[in-house]
Amino acid sequence: MKVVYFAWVRERIGKAEEIVEPPAAVHTVADLIAWLAGRGEAYAHAFETPRLIRAAIDHAHVPPDTAIAGAREIAFFPPMTGG
Amino acid sequence: MTVPVTIRLQQDDFDTAREIAALSAGRTDVGAVVSFSGVCRGGADGDAITALTLEHYPGMAEAEIGRHVEEALARWPLFGVTVIHRYGRITPGENIVLVVTASAHRQAAFAAAEFLMDYLKTRAPFWKREESAAGAQWVDAAAHDDAAAARWTKS
Repeated sequence: MKVVYFAWVRERIGKAEEIVEPPAAVHTVADLIAWLAGRGEAYAHAFETPRLIRAAIDHAHVPPDTAIAGAREIAFFPPMTGG
Repeated sequence: MTVPVTIRLQQDDFDTAREIAALSAGRTDVGAVVSFSGVCRGGADGDAITALTLEHYPGMAEAEIGRHVEEALARWPLFGVTVIHRYGRITPGENIVLVVTASAHRQAAFAAAEFLMDYLKTRAPFWKREESAAGAQWVDAAAHDDAAAARWTKS
């Protein structure tokens, strides 16, 4: 699946998007965050404070317990500061 | 009748007066047009902001704003809605965002404009990075913005 990152999540990870293939045990958004955080120092830094991470599946906000099955694009980003 | 809705994300500035005029042009049922302009502040005291850079999530930003416009149309009797949000580098004094709502009466137009702005602040995928003499840093989300958006949640 495609994962995209924005703002300081993107900066900390050092890339804007990538294709990932998480193991079958990764069912939810929260599982995916935990799995990504284990991929190295940059990822651990990006995801070190889970309460500051927002997620979207296919362009819609989702809570952490949302299943990722069937997702085309999953986004991770900090709380929004537009307007 | 379909209510005219305009949602634009753009790097360039916009013409506020033209956008306001467009919502009542050629019709006589509009009795109230409310507009909100968000402008880049220069900051206060010693930490003057020299510029903002707005990052956004293309595709989702349009979709999310569209969902909130649909909700506004369901909640208030509106005759037109325009939302324009800029991205990229913006300097103090420049426009960032514009919300314009039109209705027969002021209450609906005021309420819908405020509703849309509260949700743009907390739900639309945009992130501000401030530049100052001390360097650049991402702006933290404000708790008072979350509280403002929560007012509109139906109980």
